Amino acid sequence: MNFRAVQAIYLFELARTWRTLMQSIVSPVISTSLYFVVFGGAIGSRITQIDGIDYGSFIVPGLIMLQLLTQSIANASFGIYFPKFTGTIYELLSAPVSYFEIVLGYVGAAATKSIILGLIILATAGLFVPIQIAHPIWMIAFLVLTSVTFSLFGFIIGIWADGFEKLQIIPLLVVTPLTFLGGTFYSINMLPPVWQTVTLFNPVVYLVSGFRWSFFGVADLNVGLSLTMTLAFLVLCLVIIAWIFKTGYQIKN
Amino acid sequence: MPPTISVANLSKTYASGFQALKGIDLEIRSGEIFALLGPNGAGKTTLISIICGIVSPSGGSVHVNGHDIITDYRTTRSLIGLVPQELPNNAFESVWDTVAFSRGLFGKPPNPAHIEKVLRDLSLWDKKDNRIMTLSGGMKRRVLIAKALSHEPRILFLDEPTAGVDVELRKDMWRIVRDLRDSGVTIILTTHYIEEAEEMADRIGVINNGELILVEDKSTLMHKLGKKQLILQLHHPLEKIPSALASRGLTLSDDAMELVYTYDTQGERTGITSLLAELNEAGIKFKDLSTTQSSLEQIFVSLVKRPS
Repeated sequence: MNFRAVQAIYLFELARTWRTLMQSIVSPVISTSLYFVVFGGAIGSRITQIDGIDYGSFIVPGLIMLQLLTQSIANASFGIYFPKFTGTIYELLSAPVSYFEIVLGYVGAAATKSIILGLIILATAGLFVPIQIAHPIWMIAFLVLTSVTFSLFGFIIGIWADGFEKLQIIPLLVVTPLTFLGGTFYSINMLPPVWQTVTLFNPVVYLVSGFRWSFFGVADLNVGLSLTMTLAFLVLCLVIIAWIFKTGYQIKN
Repeated sequence: MPPTISVANLSKTYASGFQALKGIDLEIRSGEIFALLGPNGAGKTTLISIICGIVSPSGGSVHVNGHDIITDYRTTRSLIGLVPQELPNNAFESVWDTVAFSRGLFGKPPNPAHIEKVLRDLSLWDKKDNRIMTLSGGMKRRVLIAKALSHEPRILFLDEPTAGVDVELRKDMWRIVRDLRDSGVTIILTTHYIEEAEEMADRIGVINNGELILVEDKSTLMHKLGKKQLILQLHHPLEKIPSALASRGLTLSDDAMELVYTYDTQGERTGITSLLAELNEAGIKFKDLSTTQSSLEQIFVSLVKRPS
C-alpha cells in the first residue's frame, strides 16, 4: 500500500478546496441561508408543524443532504476530471499507485470536504432555528455514508465525462430534481397515495428520511430501510468503479 | 549485465483500429543514453507510454530490471521518471508544491534537500513559490523535468525534450542529461532532430510506422548517415568537369551552373580545402557556396524504401 501517494493526492485535493474557498464553502453556506430565510422564515411561519416539528427545523436535515449530495458530486467529479482535461493524469497513471489508492485519495478528499461542509451548514442552521439531534452517532454515520457514497458517484461522473457539459448534466438533470422531490421540504405522507409510491423509487428519499430520523427520531420510512438503500447505492458505485479500472474506461487506452 | 529495459514483441492497436506498434523488440542497456528517432506518428510516444504504464499494450511484454511492467508495476514505475511531450500542469499550484506532490505520489518520504537540489540544478529555485501558470513555456518544461526527477528515478524518459525550446534551454537540457547519466541514470529520449541524437546518444533506434527499423551505436550510424554535400555556384557554366578533378566524384547540375561535392563529415579529412585549391588551379570561379545535409525525413524515406 502506497500510503504516501494516498496522502499526497488527499492533501493536494484539500489544498484545492482551500484555494477555491469561495465556491467550496462560502457559496453553499450562503445558498442554504437563503433557503432558511425564504422557506424557514417567510413561508415556514405560515406552515403548521410536520410530525410535531416546526417547519424551520423540519427542513434542516433535507437542506444539509441537498448540499451534501451536490457538493460531493461536484468536488469528486471535478477532482478527477480536471487531471484528465489538463493532461496531468499521465503522472497518476505512471506512478506506482493502485486504482484503490487513487480512489481512496480522491474520494476521501471529496468526502472530507462534504462532511466539513455539512457540519458548517448544520452550525449555520443553528443560527436560524432551534436544532435538536436525537441520535448524534447515527447523524454522523449518515453524514459520512452519504458523503462517501456520493463522492464515489461523482468520481464515476468525472471519469465518464469527456467535456465540461457532461460534468454538469447529471447533477443538473438528475440529482437536483431527485433531491427536490426527495422530501427535503415536505413529508412524503403529504403526497397523494400514487405519488407516495412513485417517490419510493427515488433513492434520495431514503437518505433524507434516514437523516431526518437521526435528528428527530421520526421519519417517513423505516430507518433500517434507509440505511440498506444507502449501502446498496454505495456498493453499486464501488462495483462500477471496479469495472472502470478493470477496463481502463475513459482513462487508459 | 542484464538489460535495464527489455521489450519483446510489443504491439499496440488502438480502439480506432490504428496499429501504433508492430512487434517491437528492443533492449536498453544500463546507464546508456538511448535516442529514439522517428517522424511524427511513428510510435515513439506510444512505446514510452506503454513502458511507463499510461497505455495498455495489445501484445508482447516489457520488463524493467527483470520485473514485468504489468504484474510488478509498483517496482517498475518506482524506477522510472517520465517527462511528457506536452506541457500538462496544475496551473494554480506553486512549483515547490507540484514537485513535492510528485515525490509523494511515487511513495518517497519528503526530502526538501533533494527537491531543493533538483530545483537549483534546473534554475527553478527562485521560482519555487511561483504559480505554474505564471511561468514561461521553457520554465514549465523545467518543472516537468523537476517532477520526473523528484523521486530519484533510475531510468528517465524524455519525450521530445527540446521540441519548441530555445537554444539556451536546449544546452541546459543536454548538460542535465549528461549529469544524470554520469550519476548512473539510464536515459531514453525521443526526438525528431538528428543533431540532438548525434549530440547526446550512445545508441540510436529509428522507428517508423510502428516498426523499429534499426538500432545501432551512434558512431556506426553517424558514419552511415553523416554524408554532406558542398554546392558551389559557378560564375560561368561549366561544359564538363575537368579531368584533373575526375577522381573527386563531383557532379554537375543540369544547368551546368552548380558543382556538387559529396563528403563524409565523420571522415578524417573532408577534402574541402584541397578541392577548393584544385578548383582555383583549374580556373573555375564560383560566386557562392553552401552545404546541405540529408534531412532526417529523407533518411527515413531511404530507410523505409530499403528492402528489408
